[in-house]
Amino acid sequence: MADNNDDVPVMQKWLDNPFLLLFLGITIPTVLYIVWGVMEIANIPVAH
Amino acid sequence: MATTYRICPRSGLQFDTEAEKLMRFHAVCGVLSLLVGGIMALGVILTRWPAVHLLSADVFYMVLTAHGIDMLIFWIIFFEMAVLIFASSTLLHCRLATPKLAWLSSWLMVLGAIMTNVAIFQGESSVMFTSYVPMQAKWHFYLGLILFAVGALLICFIFLGTLVVAKAEKTYEGSIPLVTFGALTACIIAIFTIASGAIILIPTFFWSIGYIREIDSLMYRVVWWGLGHSSQQINVSAHVAIWYAIAAIVFGAKPMSEKVSRTAYFLYILFLQLASAHHILSDPGMSSEWKIVNTSYFMYFAVLASMIHGMTVPGAIEQAQRLKGYNKGLFEWLRKAPWGNPAFSSMFLSLIGFGFLGGISGVMMGAEQLNMLIHNTIYVPGHFHATVVIGTTLAFMGLTYFLVPVLFKREVLFPGFAKIQPYLFGLAMYIVSLVMMGAGTLGVSRRHWDMAFAGAPMAYEWPGAAYLMMGLTGIFGVVAIVGGAGWILQIVLSIFFGKKLEEGEIRSTPIPLTLPPPAPAGAAHPPATPGTMVLALIFLTAFILYYFVNWKYLSSLWGLS
Repeated sequence: MADNNDDVPVMQKWLDNPFLLLFLGITIPTVLYIVWGVMEIANIPVAH
Repeated sequence: MATTYRICPRSGLQFDTEAEKLMRFHAVCGVLSLLVGGIMALGVILTRWPAVHLLSADVFYMVLTAHGIDMLIFWIIFFEMAVLIFASSTLLHCRLATPKLAWLSSWLMVLGAIMTNVAIFQGESSVMFTSYVPMQAKWHFYLGLILFAVGALLICFIFLGTLVVAKAEKTYEGSIPLVTFGALTACIIAIFTIASGAIILIPTFFWSIGYIREIDSLMYRVVWWGLGHSSQQINVSAHVAIWYAIAAIVFGAKPMSEKVSRTAYFLYILFLQLASAHHILSDPGMSSEWKIVNTSYFMYFAVLASMIHGMTVPGAIEQAQRLKGYNKGLFEWLRKAPWGNPAFSSMFLSLIGFGFLGGISGVMMGAEQLNMLIHNTIYVPGHFHATVVIGTTLAFMGLTYFLVPVLFKREVLFPGFAKIQPYLFGLAMYIVSLVMMGAGTLGVSRRHWDMAFAGAPMAYEWPGAAYLMMGLTGIFGVVAIVGGAGWILQIVLSIFFGKKLEEGEIRSTPIPLTLPPPAPAGAAHPPATPGTMVLALIFLTAFILYYFVNWKYLSSLWGLS
């Protein structure tokens, strides 16, 4: 029953929470792609 | 803010009045952007066709910039904003959150689009879609993109706000519909995309007006592709949602498994944006770990998700058709599909072209080693014309055939042309994508004004096949442009001169969404889908063969065996 929150599977609860999905969808690519990428670029030695 | 709701007598859909106006506004802005981008496409294609070579270098790069920005940013994002409003307010039977802010955001997008186009056509911002630094455009090129992005970002938040409104006002129970979930995926990717754009375009704007001395070119490329590629992943989520919607509209098809389809979207939310790293695979500054983790290990989860959607959409159609009695053999359900209905034919051509041409080539390009075969060649536009033009634009075109009577309340004019338009445009684009990829495999560079390098001290002798394929790109590109122009003309004329249709009942309160009850225990299982399974196996075979052929090609280039 949709009204009884305890009967809803955990995965469905996650998928029904748009703000949790928003958090995950921003954080994962930001960490793996942007932050990791920028850290690598910042560590490239500057030519003299 | 009080609003009214219109019940469409043709579809049964319920439109919040303000949301409906906004959808029409965004659809029209999208089509106008497509018109500008399409005219520019003619300039691009007639210049890259070696026998014609129409434009001078300066004009070509200006036209190419306008084509890229108008098609890849303005057309698709305007249309996607219409999809977000539709998937929230209309499908959830609720009012749109903050309609005044939505109008302000929409006009901000229009202002931004006009500003960027003015900058391009003034001729001093021919930096192309990627606008790589240290090439510098005029300040209003960047400012226009920023304003457009801010407007789009606000509409994404209005979409999320509308989900909150629908839940608070209990216009639906349980989970949001699958199409809305697909739109939510597109919205989340859009927010990442726009944030990435803001991170890099705001400092680049200040650089263009002299407040910042320099922008690191590699830093720009990495962060910019968070915008450039992810914006195309908004398309993927949106057009997959449209595939599900058209399957439901045309066939009454229900998803084979809501859980599986939602899990596939969840994989998109987590991993699809990482494909941005494809563009950096040949850059020396980034480690192989960063490249491979982003484009291979994690990105393959998103590829898996696309393959799931590619199977569940035709599978749902097959189930619906078999329930109607089309049970003979493996493919009666497909043979008896309404191939003359442009909404269906557009959707199916979009699905097959996106999977076979765009999907397989995209995975091949995403392998770091194989990427070296085709990096910065015209193979890359061949790939993304398969994903964005065949996959996204064709799906959007198909949905529009449904929207003209439902949203604009007009009958579609020239129904005979509507039957052939998806084939004219779609199949021509199939060939364009294939020959572009063929020419790219031979090394023909992307973007270059003159593949012959005429007058250069060290000319390069291309094989005849490269010229042949660029010639075919020109011929079929023109055919596709005729198909696209015909669609624009048909839609615009239908909106202005099509027979007016009944508006439907206007209400002051919404009717809540009622979902069908779950199937009772012991209910008959839906029919099996052997035809879809065969299609999936053909796809996998093509995938494996193409992957193998490219590794073999790479090994022969390097002379390792």
